[in-house]
Amino acid sequence: MTSNVEIRNLSISFGEGPAAVKVLPGVNFSVEAGECFGLVGESGSGKSTVLRCISMLTDFWQGQISIGGRNVRDIPRLERCRLLQMVFQDPYGSLHPRQSVRTTLSEPLKIHGLDDHEGRMRRVIRDVGLTADFIDRFPHQMSGGQRQRIAIARALILEPSLLLLDEPTSALDVSVQAEILNLLVRLREERGLTYLMVTHDLAVVDHMCDRFAVMLRGEVTEVLPRAAIQGNHATHPYARELIGASLEYEGAL
Amino acid sequence: MTVKDTDMPRQASQLPSSLLVLRNILTFLMRSPTSAFGLIVLGLLIVIAAFAPLIATHDPYAQDLANTLKAPGNGHYFGTDELGRDIFSRLVWGSRISLTIIFLVSIVVGPIGMIVGTTAGYMGGRLDTIMMRITDIFLSFPSLILSLAFVAALGPSLNNAIIAIALTAWPPIARLARAEAMTFRKADYIAAARLQGASDMRIIFKSIMPMCLPSVLIRLTLNMATVILTAAGLGFLGLGAQPPMPEWGAMIATGRRYMIDSWWLVTFPGLAILTVSLAFNLLGDGLRDALDPKQMNRR
Ligand SMILES: Nc1ncnc2c1ncn2[C@@H]1O[C@H](COP(=O)(O)OP(=O)(O)OP(=O)(O)O)[C@@H](O)[C@H]1O
Ligand SMILES: [Mg+2]
Repeated sequence: MTSNVEIRNLSISFGEGPAAVKVLPGVNFSVEAGECFGLVGESGSGKSTVLRCISMLTDFWQGQISIGGRNVRDIPRLERCRLLQMVFQDPYGSLHPRQSVRTTLSEPLKIHGLDDHEGRMRRVIRDVGLTADFIDRFPHQMSGGQRQRIAIARALILEPSLLLLDEPTSALDVSVQAEILNLLVRLREERGLTYLMVTHDLAVVDHMCDRFAVMLRGEVTEVLPRAAIQGNHATHPYARELIGASLEYEGAL
Repeated sequence: MTVKDTDMPRQASQLPSSLLVLRNILTFLMRSPTSAFGLIVLGLLIVIAAFAPLIATHDPYAQDLANTLKAPGNGHYFGTDELGRDIFSRLVWGSRISLTIIFLVSIVVGPIGMIVGTTAGYMGGRLDTIMMRITDIFLSFPSLILSLAFVAALGPSLNNAIIAIALTAWPPIARLARAEAMTFRKADYIAAARLQGASDMRIIFKSIMPMCLPSVLIRLTLNMATVILTAAGLGFLGLGAQPPMPEWGAMIATGRRYMIDSWWLVTFPGLAILTVSLAFNLLGDGLRDALDPKQMNRR
Protein backbone atom coordinates (compact mmCIF):
# COMPACT_ATOMS: atom_id res chain seq x y z
CA MET A 1 0.00 0.00 0.00
CA THR A 2 1.39 3.40 -0.90
CA SER A 3 0.78 6.16 1.55
CA ASN A 4 2.40 9.27 0.22
CA VAL A 5 0.97 12.40 1.80
CA GLU A 6 0.15 15.53 -0.19
CA ILE A 7 -0.73 18.72 1.65
CA ARG A 8 -1.95 21.67 -0.41
CA ASN A 9 -2.94 25.06 1.03
CA LEU A 10 -3.81 23.61 4.41
CA SER A 11 -5.15 26.44 6.54
CA ILE A 12 -6.99 26.52 9.82
CA SER A 13 -8.06 29.11 12.34
CA PHE A 14 -9.21 28.61 15.90
CA GLY A 15 -11.98 30.67 17.43
CA GLU A 16 -14.75 32.57 15.70
CA GLY A 17 -15.39 36.08 14.43
CA PRO A 18 -12.89 38.80 15.32
CA ALA A 19 -11.24 36.61 17.96
CA ALA A 20 -10.27 33.99 15.36
CA VAL A 21 -6.58 33.17 15.19
CA LYS A 22 -5.18 31.85 11.95
CA VAL A 23 -2.75 29.18 13.09
CA LEU A 24 -1.87 27.75 9.70
CA PRO A 25 -2.09 30.30 6.88
CA GLY A 26 -1.39 27.84 4.08
CA VAL A 27 0.86 24.84 4.41
CA ASN A 28 2.24 22.95 1.43
CA PHE A 29 4.51 19.92 1.46
CA SER A 30 4.47 16.32 0.46
CA VAL A 31 5.82 13.13 1.96
CA GLU A 32 6.75 10.25 -0.26
CA ALA A 33 5.71 6.70 0.48
CA GLY A 34 8.25 4.89 2.66
CA GLU A 35 10.00 8.12 3.56
CA CYS A 36 10.78 9.50 6.99
CA PHE A 37 9.87 13.15 6.87
CA GLY A 38 10.75 15.50 9.71
CA LEU A 39 8.84 18.59 10.76
CA VAL A 40 10.84 21.03 12.84
CA GLY A 41 10.19 24.53 14.07
CA GLU A 42 9.81 26.55 17.19
CA SER A 43 7.18 25.87 19.82
CA GLY A 44 3.75 27.06 18.74
CA SER A 45 4.56 27.07 15.04
CA GLY A 46 1.73 24.63 14.33
CA LYS A 47 3.53 21.30 13.96
CA SER A 48 1.11 19.32 16.12
CA THR A 49 -1.79 21.08 14.45
CA VAL A 50 -0.63 19.80 11.05
CA LEU A 51 -0.61 16.24 12.37
CA ARG A 52 -4.04 16.62 13.94
CA CYS A 53 -5.40 17.91 10.63
CA ILE A 54 -3.94 15.00 8.67
CA SER A 55 -5.39 12.51 11.15
CA MET A 56 -8.76 14.32 11.15
CA LEU A 57 -8.66 14.73 14.92
CA THR A 58 -9.24 18.34 13.96
CA ASP A 59 -11.53 18.45 10.94
CA PHE A 60 -12.43 22.10 10.35
CA TRP A 61 -9.49 22.93 8.13
CA GLN A 62 -9.52 24.20 4.57
CA GLY A 63 -7.34 23.03 1.72
CA GLN A 64 -6.48 19.61 0.46
CA ILE A 65 -4.84 16.67 2.20
CA SER A 66 -4.50 13.42 0.34
CA ILE A 67 -3.00 10.13 1.38
CA GLY A 68 -2.09 7.62 -1.29
CA GLY A 69 -3.77 9.89 -3.84
CA ARG A 70 -7.10 9.91 -1.99
CA ASN A 71 -8.61 12.91 -0.28
CA VAL A 72 -8.60 12.16 3.48
CA ARG A 73 -12.12 13.49 3.77
CA ASP A 74 -13.30 10.79 1.36
CA ILE A 75 -11.68 7.90 3.22
CA PRO A 76 -14.21 6.17 5.53
CA ARG A 77 -13.41 6.52 9.21
CA LEU A 78 -12.50 2.91 9.95
CA GLU A 79 -10.43 2.60 6.81
CA ARG A 80 -8.57 5.77 7.74
CA CYS A 81 -7.75 4.24 11.12
CA ARG A 82 -6.11 1.28 9.42
CA LEU A 83 -4.20 3.61 7.10
CA LEU A 84 -2.69 6.04 9.58
CA GLN A 85 -2.01 6.11 13.30
CA MET A 86 -0.41 8.58 15.65
CA VAL A 87 2.07 8.39 18.51
CA PHE A 88 1.77 11.20 21.00
CA GLN A 89 4.37 13.25 22.76
CA ASP A 90 3.65 12.36 26.36
CA PRO A 91 3.41 8.65 27.19
CA TYR A 92 2.03 9.61 30.60
CA GLY A 93 -1.01 11.23 29.02
CA SER A 94 -1.56 9.06 25.99
CA LEU A 95 -2.40 5.79 27.76
CA HIS A 96 -5.72 5.50 29.58
CA PRO A 97 -4.78 5.36 33.28
CA ARG A 98 -7.47 2.82 34.13
CA GLN A 99 -7.03 0.52 31.17
CA SER A 100 -4.60 -2.35 31.13
CA VAL A 101 -2.36 -2.93 28.15
CA ARG A 102 -4.73 -5.75 27.20
CA THR A 103 -7.70 -3.38 27.02
CA THR A 104 -5.69 -0.71 25.23
CA LEU A 105 -4.56 -3.15 22.55
CA SER A 106 -7.72 -5.22 22.19
CA GLU A 107 -10.14 -2.28 21.84
CA PRO A 108 -9.01 -1.44 18.28
CA LEU A 109 -9.14 -5.14 17.38
CA LYS A 110 -12.73 -5.33 18.63
CA ILE A 111 -13.75 -2.13 16.85
CA HIS A 112 -12.36 -3.41 13.56
CA GLY A 113 -13.65 -6.94 14.06
CA LEU A 114 -10.25 -8.58 13.69
CA ASP A 115 -9.56 -12.15 14.78
CA ASP A 116 -6.81 -13.74 16.88
CA HIS A 117 -6.60 -10.98 19.49
CA GLU A 118 -4.18 -12.87 21.71
CA GLY A 119 -1.75 -13.65 18.89
CA ARG A 120 -1.82 -10.15 17.45
CA MET A 121 -1.24 -8.58 20.85
CA ARG A 122 1.67 -10.90 21.63
CA ARG A 123 3.29 -10.23 18.27
CA VAL A 124 3.03 -6.46 18.49
CA ILE A 125 4.28 -6.43 22.09
CA ARG A 126 7.29 -8.47 21.02
CA ASP A 127 7.84 -6.18 18.04
CA VAL A 128 8.18 -3.15 20.28
CA GLY A 129 10.71 -4.96 22.42
CA LEU A 130 8.64 -5.96 25.44
CA THR A 131 7.72 -9.37 26.83
CA ALA A 132 4.23 -10.86 26.81
CA ASP A 133 3.78 -10.42 30.56
CA PHE A 134 3.34 -6.69 29.98
CA ILE A 135 -0.12 -7.47 28.58
CA ASP A 136 -1.69 -7.45 32.03
CA ARG A 137 0.01 -4.33 33.32
CA PHE A 138 -1.50 -0.92 33.91
CA PRO A 139 0.23 2.31 32.81
CA HIS A 140 1.27 3.16 36.36
CA GLN A 141 3.15 -0.12 36.53
CA MET A 142 5.47 0.84 33.67
CA SER A 143 8.32 3.27 33.09
CA GLY A 144 8.06 6.14 30.65
CA GLY A 145 9.98 4.28 27.98
CA GLN A 146 7.86 1.16 28.41
CA ARG A 147 4.71 3.26 28.17
CA GLN A 148 5.91 4.81 24.95
CA ARG A 149 6.60 1.34 23.58
CA ILE A 150 3.02 0.39 24.43
CA ALA A 151 1.80 3.57 22.74
CA ILE A 152 3.77 2.56 19.65
CA ALA A 153 2.34 -0.96 19.88
CA ARG A 154 -1.15 0.52 20.00
CA ALA A 155 -0.38 2.56 16.90
CA LEU A 156 0.92 -0.53 15.10
CA ILE A 157 -1.74 -3.06 16.03
CA LEU A 158 -4.03 -2.05 13.17
CA GLU A 159 -1.06 -2.35 10.81
CA PRO A 160 -1.19 1.17 9.34
CA SER A 161 1.23 2.25 6.64
CA LEU A 162 1.59 5.85 7.81
CA LEU A 163 2.70 6.84 11.30
CA LEU A 164 2.35 10.40 12.56
CA LEU A 165 4.86 10.89 15.35
CA ASP A 166 4.43 13.96 17.54
CA GLU A 167 7.74 14.40 19.36
CA PRO A 168 7.71 10.75 20.40
CA THR A 169 10.85 11.04 22.53
CA SER A 170 10.84 14.53 23.98
CA ALA A 171 9.15 13.49 27.25
CA LEU A 172 11.69 10.74 27.84
CA ASP A 173 15.07 10.47 29.44
CA VAL A 174 18.02 10.92 27.05
CA SER A 175 19.17 7.29 27.25
CA VAL A 176 15.62 6.06 26.64
CA GLN A 177 15.23 8.49 23.73
CA ALA A 178 17.91 6.67 21.76
CA GLU A 179 16.24 3.30 22.41
CA ILE A 180 12.86 4.52 21.19
CA LEU A 181 14.41 6.15 18.12
CA ASN A 182 16.24 2.94 17.25
CA LEU A 183 13.01 1.02 17.74
CA LEU A 184 11.26 3.39 15.33
CA VAL A 185 14.06 3.03 12.79
CA ARG A 186 13.87 -0.77 13.01
CA LEU A 187 10.08 -0.86 12.72
CA ARG A 188 10.20 1.32 9.63
CA GLU A 189 12.72 -0.99 8.00
CA GLU A 190 10.75 -4.11 8.88
CA ARG A 191 7.33 -2.82 7.92
CA GLY A 192 8.11 -0.30 5.22
CA LEU A 193 6.25 2.43 7.12
CA THR A 194 6.03 6.07 6.15
CA TYR A 195 6.86 8.43 9.00
CA LEU A 196 5.88 12.03 9.46
CA MET A 197 7.74 13.05 12.58
CA VAL A 198 7.54 16.26 14.53
CA THR A 199 10.60 17.07 16.57
CA HIS A 200 12.46 19.90 18.21
CA ASP A 201 15.75 18.20 17.81
CA LEU A 202 17.75 18.41 14.59
CA ALA A 203 19.97 15.59 15.85
CA VAL A 204 16.90 13.33 15.66
CA VAL A 205 16.27 14.50 12.10
CA ASP A 206 19.89 13.84 11.28
CA HIS A 207 19.61 10.38 12.81
CA MET A 208 16.54 9.12 10.98
CA CYS A 209 14.82 11.49 8.55
CA ASP A 210 15.35 11.59 4.80
CA ARG A 211 13.99 15.10 4.40
CA PHE A 212 12.58 17.71 6.70
CA ALA A 213 10.51 20.86 6.62
CA VAL A 214 11.20 23.91 8.75
CA MET A 215 8.09 25.64 10.05
CA LEU A 216 7.82 29.22 11.23
CA ARG A 217 4.54 30.70 12.51
CA GLY A 218 2.38 28.21 10.66
CA GLU A 219 4.26 28.33 7.38
CA VAL A 220 6.71 25.90 5.89
CA THR A 221 9.70 28.05 5.10
CA GLU A 222 11.82 25.42 3.44
CA VAL A 223 11.99 21.70 2.74
CA LEU A 224 15.52 20.35 2.99
CA PRO A 225 17.25 17.01 2.56
CA ARG A 226 19.04 15.56 5.57
CA ALA A 227 22.40 16.34 3.99
CA ALA A 228 21.64 20.05 4.31
CA ILE A 229 22.22 19.92 8.06
CA GLN A 230 25.96 19.31 8.02
CA GLY A 231 27.42 22.50 6.58
CA ASN A 232 24.10 24.33 6.85
CA HIS A 233 22.87 24.52 3.26
CA ALA A 234 19.55 26.17 4.10
CA THR A 235 18.64 29.31 2.16
CA HIS A 236 15.85 30.76 4.27
CA PRO A 237 17.28 32.92 7.08
CA TYR A 238 15.18 31.30 9.82
CA ALA A 239 16.11 27.77 8.73
CA ARG A 240 19.78 28.81 8.60
CA GLU A 241 19.56 30.24 12.06
CA LEU A 242 17.88 27.09 13.42
CA ILE A 243 20.42 24.74 11.88
CA GLY A 244 23.29 27.02 12.85
CA ALA A 245 22.16 27.08 16.46
CA SER A 246 21.87 23.31 16.51
CA LEU A 247 25.33 22.80 14.99
CA GLU A 248 26.84 25.26 17.46
CA TYR A 249 25.18 23.42 20.34
CA GLU A 250 26.52 20.08 19.14
CA GLY A 251 29.96 21.57 18.69
CA ALA A 252 29.88 22.85 22.23
CA LEU A 253 29.16 19.37 23.59
CA MET B 1 0.43 -27.45 26.85
CA THR B 2 2.63 -24.39 26.79
CA VAL B 3 -0.31 -22.22 25.82
CA LYS B 4 -2.23 -23.55 28.77
CA ASP B 5 0.64 -22.90 31.12
CA THR B 6 0.78 -19.23 30.23
CA ASP B 7 -2.95 -18.71 30.01
CA MET B 8 -4.06 -20.29 33.24
CA PRO B 9 -2.49 -17.89 35.74
CA ARG B 10 -3.85 -14.94 33.81
CA GLN B 11 -7.40 -16.26 33.96
CA ALA B 12 -6.99 -17.07 37.62
CA SER B 13 -5.75 -13.61 38.46
CA GLN B 14 -8.25 -11.81 36.25
CA LEU B 15 -11.54 -13.20 37.46
CA PRO B 16 -11.51 -11.90 41.02
CA SER B 17 -9.68 -8.66 40.18
CA SER B 18 -12.77 -6.50 40.74
CA LEU B 19 -13.35 -8.31 44.03
CA LEU B 20 -9.74 -7.66 44.93
CA VAL B 21 -10.14 -3.96 44.26
CA LEU B 22 -13.27 -3.97 46.43
CA ARG B 23 -11.41 -5.71 49.24
CA ASN B 24 -8.57 -3.19 48.99
CA ILE B 25 -11.02 -0.32 49.21
CA LEU B 26 -12.72 -1.88 52.23
CA THR B 27 -9.43 -2.46 54.08
CA PHE B 28 -8.44 1.11 53.29
CA LEU B 29 -11.74 2.39 54.68
CA MET B 30 -11.38 0.31 57.84
CA ARG B 31 -7.98 1.83 58.55
CA SER B 32 -9.31 5.28 59.35
CA PRO B 33 -11.64 5.45 62.37
CA THR B 34 -14.13 7.87 60.81
CA SER B 35 -14.74 5.97 57.61
CA ALA B 36 -14.72 2.71 59.58
CA PHE B 37 -17.53 4.17 61.68
CA GLY B 38 -19.46 5.01 58.52
CA LEU B 39 -18.90 1.57 57.08
CA ILE B 40 -19.91 -0.20 60.28
CA VAL B 41 -23.07 1.87 60.73
CA LEU B 42 -24.05 1.20 57.15
CA GLY B 43 -23.32 -2.51 57.59
CA LEU B 44 -25.40 -2.55 60.77
CA LEU B 45 -28.24 -0.79 58.99
CA ILE B 46 -28.24 -3.43 56.27
CA VAL B 47 -28.14 -6.28 58.81
CA ILE B 48 -30.95 -4.69 60.84
CA ALA B 49 -33.07 -4.20 57.74
CA ALA B 50 -32.45 -7.76 56.57
CA PHE B 51 -33.27 -9.35 59.90
CA ALA B 52 -35.92 -6.87 61.03
CA PRO B 53 -38.48 -9.56 61.98
CA LEU B 54 -35.91 -11.25 64.24
CA ILE B 55 -34.51 -8.11 65.81
CA ALA B 56 -37.76 -6.26 66.45
CA THR B 57 -39.28 -7.13 69.82
CA HIS B 58 -42.84 -6.17 68.89
CA ASP B 59 -45.07 -5.82 65.87
CA PRO B 60 -44.39 -2.26 64.64
CA TYR B 61 -48.07 -1.71 63.91
CA ALA B 62 -49.53 -3.37 67.04
CA GLN B 63 -51.32 -0.79 69.19
CA ASP B 64 -51.63 -1.16 72.92
CA LEU B 65 -53.87 1.63 74.15
CA ALA B 66 -53.34 0.64 77.78
CA ASN B 67 -49.65 1.22 77.39
CA THR B 68 -49.25 4.60 75.62
CA LEU B 69 -46.36 7.04 75.97
CA LYS B 70 -44.38 4.80 78.31
CA ALA B 71 -40.77 5.78 78.97
CA PRO B 72 -37.98 3.38 77.92
CA GLY B 73 -37.86 0.23 80.02
CA ASN B 74 -40.25 -2.58 80.81
CA GLY B 75 -39.49 -4.56 77.65
CA HIS B 76 -39.79 -1.46 75.47
CA TYR B 77 -36.15 -0.46 74.88
CA PHE B 78 -37.03 2.96 73.48
CA GLY B 79 -40.46 3.32 75.08
CA THR B 80 -43.85 3.46 73.35
CA ASP B 81 -45.61 6.11 71.32
CA GLU B 82 -49.02 7.74 71.61
CA LEU B 83 -50.75 4.56 70.39
CA GLY B 84 -48.68 2.23 72.54
CA ARG B 85 -46.54 0.96 69.67
CA ASP B 86 -42.98 -0.10 70.48
CA ILE B 87 -40.60 2.61 69.18
CA PHE B 88 -37.58 0.31 68.98
CA SER B 89 -39.44 -2.12 66.69
CA ARG B 90 -40.72 0.74 64.57
CA LEU B 91 -37.19 2.08 64.14
CA VAL B 92 -35.95 -1.39 63.17
CA TRP B 93 -38.66 -1.80 60.55
CA GLY B 94 -38.16 1.79 59.45
CA SER B 95 -34.59 0.98 58.44
CA ARG B 96 -36.07 -1.02 55.55
CA ILE B 97 -37.88 2.07 54.32
CA SER B 98 -34.74 4.19 54.57
CA LEU B 99 -32.66 1.63 52.72
CA THR B 100 -35.28 1.27 50.00
CA ILE B 101 -35.30 5.03 49.50
CA ILE B 102 -31.49 5.18 49.37
CA PHE B 103 -31.23 2.22 47.01
CA LEU B 104 -33.93 3.35 44.59
CA VAL B 105 -32.69 6.94 44.52
CA SER B 106 -29.09 5.83 43.89
CA ILE B 107 -29.86 3.48 41.01
CA VAL B 108 -31.94 6.17 39.33
CA VAL B 109 -29.76 9.18 40.06
CA GLY B 110 -26.32 7.63 39.48
CA PRO B 111 -26.82 6.44 35.89
CA ILE B 112 -28.94 9.43 34.83
CA GLY B 113 -26.48 11.95 36.23
CA MET B 114 -23.57 10.04 34.78
CA ILE B 115 -25.00 9.70 31.27
CA VAL B 116 -26.29 13.27 31.04
CA GLY B 117 -23.09 14.72 32.49
CA THR B 118 -20.54 12.74 30.52
CA THR B 119 -22.44 13.14 27.25
CA ALA B 120 -22.76 16.89 27.71
CA GLY B 121 -19.14 17.23 28.79
CA TYR B 122 -17.69 15.08 26.05
CA MET B 123 -19.82 16.25 23.12
CA GLY B 124 -19.83 19.93 24.06
CA GLY B 125 -21.51 22.43 21.75
CA ARG B 126 -25.25 22.89 21.58
CA LEU B 127 -26.10 19.57 23.24
CA ASP B 128 -24.01 20.62 26.22
CA THR B 129 -25.71 24.01 26.41
CA ILE B 130 -29.21 22.53 26.32
CA MET B 131 -28.47 19.82 28.88
CA MET B 132 -26.74 22.18 31.25
CA ARG B 133 -29.51 24.82 31.08
CA ILE B 134 -31.95 22.09 32.10
CA THR B 135 -29.79 21.09 35.06
CA ASP B 136 -29.40 24.78 35.92
CA ILE B 137 -33.17 25.08 36.22
CA PHE B 138 -33.26 22.13 38.59
CA LEU B 139 -30.30 23.40 40.56
CA SER B 140 -31.75 26.85 41.05
CA PHE B 141 -34.30 25.50 43.56
CA PRO B 142 -33.38 24.11 46.98
CA SER B 143 -33.88 20.36 46.64
CA LEU B 144 -36.37 20.08 49.50
CA ILE B 145 -38.57 22.82 48.02
CA LEU B 146 -38.46 21.20 44.60
CA SER B 147 -39.29 17.76 45.99
CA LEU B 148 -42.12 19.38 47.93
CA ALA B 149 -43.50 20.79 44.71
CA PHE B 150 -43.20 17.42 42.95
CA VAL B 151 -44.85 15.50 45.77
CA ALA B 152 -47.59 18.10 46.01
CA ALA B 153 -48.25 17.60 42.31
CA LEU B 154 -47.99 13.80 42.36
CA GLY B 155 -49.82 13.28 45.64
CA PRO B 156 -48.27 12.36 48.98
CA SER B 157 -46.96 8.80 49.22
CA LEU B 158 -43.65 7.06 49.76
CA ASN B 159 -43.23 6.12 46.09
CA ASN B 160 -43.90 9.67 44.96
CA ALA B 161 -41.44 10.93 47.54
CA ILE B 162 -38.79 8.61 46.05
CA ILE B 163 -39.57 9.85 42.53
CA ALA B 164 -39.45 13.45 43.70
CA ILE B 165 -36.13 12.98 45.47
CA ALA B 166 -34.63 11.24 42.46
CA LEU B 167 -35.80 14.04 40.19
CA THR B 168 -34.09 16.62 42.34
CA ALA B 169 -30.92 14.66 43.12
CA TRP B 170 -29.50 13.96 39.64
CA PRO B 171 -28.52 17.49 38.53
CA PRO B 172 -25.57 17.91 40.91
CA ILE B 173 -24.26 14.50 39.80
CA ALA B 174 -24.63 15.49 36.14
CA ARG B 175 -22.83 18.76 36.82
CA LEU B 176 -19.96 16.95 38.45
CA ALA B 177 -19.70 14.29 35.73
CA ARG B 178 -19.72 17.00 33.07
CA ALA B 179 -16.94 18.95 34.74
CA GLU B 180 -14.88 15.78 34.98
CA ALA B 181 -15.63 14.74 31.40
CA MET B 182 -14.52 18.14 30.16
CA THR B 183 -11.12 17.76 31.77
CA PHE B 184 -10.64 14.34 30.17
CA ARG B 185 -11.99 14.87 26.68
CA LYS B 186 -8.89 16.75 25.51
CA ALA B 187 -6.58 14.02 26.80
CA ASP B 188 -4.31 12.26 24.35
CA TYR B 189 -5.75 8.85 25.25
CA ILE B 190 -9.16 10.03 24.08
CA ALA B 191 -7.59 11.27 20.83
CA ALA B 192 -5.91 7.88 20.50
CA ALA B 193 -9.25 6.11 21.00
CA ARG B 194 -10.81 8.28 18.31
CA LEU B 195 -7.95 7.48 15.95
CA GLN B 196 -8.68 3.82 16.50
CA GLY B 197 -12.18 4.29 15.20
CA ALA B 198 -14.06 4.24 18.52
CA SER B 199 -17.50 5.84 18.24
CA ASP B 200 -18.53 8.68 20.55
CA MET B 201 -20.75 6.28 22.50
CA ARG B 202 -17.91 3.84 22.96
CA ILE B 203 -15.56 6.58 24.12
CA ILE B 204 -18.11 7.93 26.60
CA PHE B 205 -18.85 4.51 28.07
CA LYS B 206 -15.40 2.94 27.96
CA SER B 207 -12.99 5.83 28.39
CA ILE B 208 -14.80 8.76 29.97
CA MET B 209 -17.10 7.03 32.45
CA PRO B 210 -14.41 4.99 34.22
CA MET B 211 -12.56 8.24 34.83
CA CYS B 212 -15.64 9.96 36.25
CA LEU B 213 -16.83 6.99 38.30
CA PRO B 214 -14.83 7.56 41.50
CA SER B 215 -15.92 11.16 42.00
CA VAL B 216 -19.52 10.30 41.08
CA LEU B 217 -19.50 7.46 43.62
CA ILE B 218 -18.13 9.77 46.29
CA ARG B 219 -20.69 12.41 45.46
CA LEU B 220 -23.49 9.84 45.47
CA THR B 221 -22.46 8.62 48.92
CA LEU B 222 -22.31 12.15 50.29
CA ASN B 223 -25.65 12.81 48.63
CA MET B 224 -27.23 9.93 50.51
CA ALA B 225 -27.05 11.97 53.69
CA THR B 226 -29.12 14.67 52.00
CA VAL B 227 -31.49 12.07 50.58
CA ILE B 228 -32.11 10.65 54.05
CA LEU B 229 -32.75 14.13 55.40
CA THR B 230 -35.04 15.06 52.50
CA ALA B 231 -36.99 11.82 52.90
CA ALA B 232 -37.32 12.47 56.62
CA GLY B 233 -38.31 16.05 55.90
CA LEU B 234 -41.01 14.95 53.48
CA GLY B 235 -42.19 12.36 55.99
CA PHE B 236 -42.21 15.03 58.67
CA LEU B 237 -44.35 17.29 56.50
CA GLY B 238 -46.73 14.42 55.86
CA LEU B 239 -45.84 14.26 52.19
CA GLY B 240 -43.69 11.13 52.24
CA ALA B 241 -44.46 7.87 53.96
CA GLN B 242 -47.99 7.93 55.33
CA PRO B 243 -48.84 7.60 59.06
CA PRO B 244 -48.97 3.97 60.04
CA MET B 245 -45.67 3.34 58.23
CA PRO B 246 -42.70 3.44 60.60
CA GLU B 247 -40.74 5.97 58.55
CA TRP B 248 -38.34 7.90 60.77
CA GLY B 249 -39.30 11.38 59.63
CA ALA B 250 -43.00 10.61 59.94
CA MET B 251 -42.38 9.25 63.45
CA ILE B 252 -40.81 12.55 64.48
CA ALA B 253 -43.73 14.42 62.95
CA THR B 254 -46.32 12.57 65.02
CA GLY B 255 -44.11 12.52 68.10
CA ARG B 256 -43.66 16.29 67.98
CA ARG B 257 -46.98 16.89 69.73
CA TYR B 258 -45.89 14.88 72.77
CA MET B 259 -42.30 16.09 72.70
CA ILE B 260 -42.39 18.11 75.92
CA ASP B 261 -43.49 15.27 78.18
CA SER B 262 -42.27 12.25 76.23
CA TRP B 263 -38.81 13.04 74.92
CA TRP B 264 -38.23 9.50 73.61
CA LEU B 265 -40.80 9.88 70.82
CA VAL B 266 -38.61 12.23 68.80
CA THR B 267 -35.17 11.57 70.28
CA PHE B 268 -34.68 8.02 69.02
CA PRO B 269 -35.88 8.53 65.43
CA GLY B 270 -33.86 11.75 65.40
CA LEU B 271 -30.75 9.93 66.57
CA ALA B 272 -31.30 7.26 63.92
CA ILE B 273 -31.49 9.87 61.16
CA LEU B 274 -28.47 11.70 62.52
CA THR B 275 -26.35 8.55 62.81
CA VAL B 276 -27.16 7.26 59.34
CA SER B 277 -26.65 10.57 57.56
CA LEU B 278 -23.43 11.14 59.52
CA ALA B 279 -22.29 7.64 58.55
CA PHE B 280 -22.87 8.40 54.87
CA ASN B 281 -20.94 11.64 55.14
CA LEU B 282 -17.98 9.98 56.82
CA LEU B 283 -18.06 7.10 54.36
CA GLY B 284 -18.09 9.56 51.46
CA ASP B 285 -15.05 11.33 52.86
CA GLY B 286 -13.28 8.01 53.33
CA LEU B 287 -14.13 6.95 49.78
CA ARG B 288 -12.63 10.17 48.49
CA ASP B 289 -9.28 9.06 49.87
CA ALA B 290 -9.74 5.41 48.97
CA LEU B 291 -10.65 6.07 45.35
CA ASP B 292 -7.62 8.24 44.75
CA PRO B 293 -6.37 6.86 41.41
CA LYS B 294 -3.07 5.65 42.80
CA GLN B 295 -4.82 3.77 45.62
CA MET B 296 -7.48 2.30 43.41
CA ASN B 297 -5.10 0.62 41.01
CA ARG B 298 -2.94 -0.84 43.72
CA ARG B 299 -3.40 -4.59 43.59
N1 LIG C 1 -7.63 24.15 20.07
C1 LIG C 1 -6.94 25.30 19.91
N2 LIG C 1 -7.55 26.48 20.11
C2 LIG C 1 -6.87 27.63 19.94
N3 LIG C 1 -5.59 27.71 19.59
C3 LIG C 1 -4.92 26.57 19.37
C4 LIG C 1 -5.56 25.30 19.51
N4 LIG C 1 -4.67 24.34 19.23
C5 LIG C 1 -3.52 24.99 18.91
N5 LIG C 1 -3.67 26.32 19.00
C6 LIG C 1 -2.65 27.31 18.72
O1 LIG C 1 -2.01 26.93 17.54
C7 LIG C 1 -0.62 27.21 17.59
C8 LIG C 1 0.14 25.98 17.17
O2 LIG C 1 -0.06 24.96 18.11
P1 LIG C 1 0.67 23.56 17.98
O3 LIG C 1 0.25 22.74 19.11
O4 LIG C 1 0.43 23.04 16.62
O5 LIG C 1 2.19 23.99 18.13
P2 LIG C 1 3.48 23.08 18.04
O6 LIG C 1 4.25 23.55 16.88
O7 LIG C 1 3.10 21.65 18.09
O8 LIG C 1 4.23 23.48 19.37
P3 LIG C 1 5.07 22.56 20.36
O9 LIG C 1 6.36 22.34 19.72
O10 LIG C 1 5.19 23.40 21.59
O11 LIG C 1 4.29 21.31 20.57
C9 LIG C 1 -0.33 27.66 19.00
O12 LIG C 1 -0.10 29.05 18.98
C10 LIG C 1 -1.58 27.33 19.77
O13 LIG C 1 -1.81 28.33 20.72
MG1 LIG D 1 3.22 20.06 19.62
